Amino acid sequence: MTAISMPAPDKAILDRRAEITKALQAIVPGEGVIHDETEMRPYETDALTAYRQLPLIVVLPETVEQVSEVLRYCHENEVKVVPRGAGTSLSGGALPVADGVLLSMMKFNQVLDIDFENRAVVVQPGVTNLGITRAVEHEGFYYAPDPSSQIACSIGGNIAENSGGVHCLKYGLTTNNVLGLEMVLITGEVIRLGGKHLDSEGYDLLGLMTGSEGLLGVVTEVTVRILQKPETARALLLGFPTSEDGGRCVAEIIGAGIIPGGMEMMDKPAINAAEDFVNAGYPRDVEALLIVELDGPEAEVNFLMGQVEEIARSNKASHLRVSETEEERMTFWAGRKAAFPAVGRISPDYLCMDGTIPRRELPKVLAGMRQLSEKHGLRVANVFHAGDGNLHPLILYDANKPGELDAAEAFGADILRLCVEVGGVLTGEHGVGIEKRDLMPEMFSEDDLKQQQRVKCAFDSRQLLNPGKVFPVLHRCAELGKMHVHKGKLPFPDIPRF
Amino acid sequence: MDASFQPASVEDLRELIKWAAAEATPLEVFGSGSKRTLGRQVQAAHALTLSKLAGVDVYEPAELVMTAKAGTPIADIERLVQENGQELSFEPIDYGRLLGLEPGQGTLGGVLTANLSGPRRIKAGAARDHILGMEAVSGRGEIFNSGGRVVKNVTGYDLPRALCGSWGTLAVASTVTIKVNPASQTSETLVLTNLDDARAVKAMCKAMGSSAEVSGAAHLPNGLNGEGARTYLRLEGFVESVRYRRENLARLLDDFGPVAKVQAEETAKIWRSIKDVEPFWSNSGPVWRISVAPTAGPVLVGALSKLFQLEAFYDWSGGLVWLNCSDGRVHDVDIRRVIGTVGGGHGTLIRADAAQRASTQVFQPQPASLAALSQRLKEQFDPKGILNPGRMGSQTQ
Repeated sequence: MTAISMPAPDKAILDRRAEITKALQAIVPGEGVIHDETEMRPYETDALTAYRQLPLIVVLPETVEQVSEVLRYCHENEVKVVPRGAGTSLSGGALPVADGVLLSMMKFNQVLDIDFENRAVVVQPGVTNLGITRAVEHEGFYYAPDPSSQIACSIGGNIAENSGGVHCLKYGLTTNNVLGLEMVLITGEVIRLGGKHLDSEGYDLLGLMTGSEGLLGVVTEVTVRILQKPETARALLLGFPTSEDGGRCVAEIIGAGIIPGGMEMMDKPAINAAEDFVNAGYPRDVEALLIVELDGPEAEVNFLMGQVEEIARSNKASHLRVSETEEERMTFWAGRKAAFPAVGRISPDYLCMDGTIPRRELPKVLAGMRQLSEKHGLRVANVFHAGDGNLHPLILYDANKPGELDAAEAFGADILRLCVEVGGVLTGEHGVGIEKRDLMPEMFSEDDLKQQQRVKCAFDSRQLLNPGKVFPVLHRCAELGKMHVHKGKLPFPDIPRF
Repeated sequence: MDASFQPASVEDLRELIKWAAAEATPLEVFGSGSKRTLGRQVQAAHALTLSKLAGVDVYEPAELVMTAKAGTPIADIERLVQENGQELSFEPIDYGRLLGLEPGQGTLGGVLTANLSGPRRIKAGAARDHILGMEAVSGRGEIFNSGGRVVKNVTGYDLPRALCGSWGTLAVASTVTIKVNPASQTSETLVLTNLDDARAVKAMCKAMGSSAEVSGAAHLPNGLNGEGARTYLRLEGFVESVRYRRENLARLLDDFGPVAKVQAEETAKIWRSIKDVEPFWSNSGPVWRISVAPTAGPVLVGALSKLFQLEAFYDWSGGLVWLNCSDGRVHDVDIRRVIGTVGGGHGTLIRADAAQRASTQVFQPQPASLAALSQRLKEQFDPKGILNPGRMGSQTQ
């Protein structure tokens, strides 16, 4: 097993497995409760496959009432619960715990209401991200956030992780595109937030829920905003002799008031891996490759293509191609979209990291990564959402070689420390989960983390939902609630008053 | 009010709140005080103003971010970004004139904590969508940081967003980081005339559902100056793009009568008036701000106008109803009931006299389980209840 440890299982709960199974079967009849080891196997991991753990029991409820009763039972009996959507988390967000129920929401797979006039769609949480677009595209609409797992990942999981994607520079993350939620608290209480109207009355619990990684509640219904598809999209493929030139080009595009639909960068190892794999026609004699996609009304896109071309030339672009057809645009993307499997081809295993940095720090961070690569003796390839500074370094390793996973994880941790050091953050879109849990103190002080954990206490005072995720040190809510107060005199007696 | 504290550093702010928590002494927290007559009156022994915690720390136009102290005047920030060809895309409302005060008095912290978003909300998002990170002091007297200085960040709970709309009842922000955007090269407004409310909302929804990228959609049944019903659709962006979209949009709205066009300068004036609720500046009745689904807007107004005399106009494609109760009474019970019957939403009493605010739920009441959850959240930030107690009414005491 690897470096990240999970809380030790509670033996008393393990011993009560048969009784708990029976109680859950009374709530979710038929095949909705899985307790056979072989049948539970598919649930033992998510997309962070280095970590595996069988849950105590798997439950697949079909109604909100069942979700509510399952949670109420678990709360009363102090049984932990790990909610799960499609299981595509890259940070171990859906990793089961041995003494906890794995609550799969994938039977909630219905589109409930499509309201084109109000541009709102109401769906159950197990509907896939792409499923929403499929449901509305006959009228020319789509759902904007597009994580690369969109064919598989569920909208409920998107809420939990506040998923992004290639287009979020222009169209926002999940949090900017969600209008409402129905959720069930661990106590079984059903809460509705928002709806087809905008903004919330009172505290913005909708904003708080989005990106809370399954620690606060279980989502049972989602209302999202849909948009009319852009009239057209065209892309430029740009190559630069140095990453500094590429970075400056990105800054100048944005400085000119242009917000591209997508702006992706790849470094040389990533370019070569992609080119070897799909032959997208990428130049191999450049240090940085930039794909700039402009979308919107045709007149605007055509105008901006010229602007971007000019900016690229003035930043020493040594390679410049403009997509003239839809087919050509797709070819530009083919290499980028295949970057992960392409890297998988040249290495038995890879770790995908997810830090975000201020854009101007790109050359510094890339240089730092090259040094770290030497230090840890492992290769790294970079793909990068250049517009918003979100890096995806892919660390290449071989899990069968003793010590390599540990080295890869140490390398990854060093990269994330570097991101924080230059003013960035640990994760841009993949979530903290278990993967970055122990790095949280690199970015936050103890007081910062305690205040975050107090938020959980308001939702889940027994800390039963998705335990062992996000926070490196668990504190009991009673302990977090204590206040050390010192009575004293009115401070600053001489400060100005009116 | 016994004393007014004006801490000039986050450490002073922390010491003050620590002291207040130890003494269980409530504080009325505000920036410049421009919205003190909005919401429930706070019963507090002392005032805590943030006017000395002011100034821009870092503004990096190329990174599209700005970090500033919470007490920085919003007017200064808007001027600074404008000088750099940028904007606050959520178009913060200035309630000054509506509340009978001087305009241009608010602070950055005040705008965010009240989540004040103008007409561009429907395209660019709310104030809450533009906050990236914050440093704040909780009611426990502890400094905490949350979020970051980059747009794409999912590290930990999104506390900065949760604090937008909390009216200073959870924590006191000392420094915030916000996202800024490039300002558009030009703007113009298409005007439809003499549509009834329902038909105007149909036209606006059609425009919003097109690829014309409309950045403002408002309907004024009496126009801005009593000239009759006017429906305004704003287009912003590069000159070439605006021209192209205007032609497409005009074609799309062919069924709704002749389409007039208003140029950039006049456009700025029109949308400032709509944003700052100018049609209600000169009359005196209570003013409500009601958020519902766009198509529910005219249904709501239709139902309410059968119950009492009112004036109303629509922003956000019909989803934001500005309502003036012409008879001087607040009608909160009717308004909340009808919001429920048209599909849900929320209504906030923005302008009313002190007695009316004291006896009315200014903010939308919540179902019991949601109110209890909000209350638990409040206690986790402010266990002694010293920050703006009662500001949001019984919704979150």
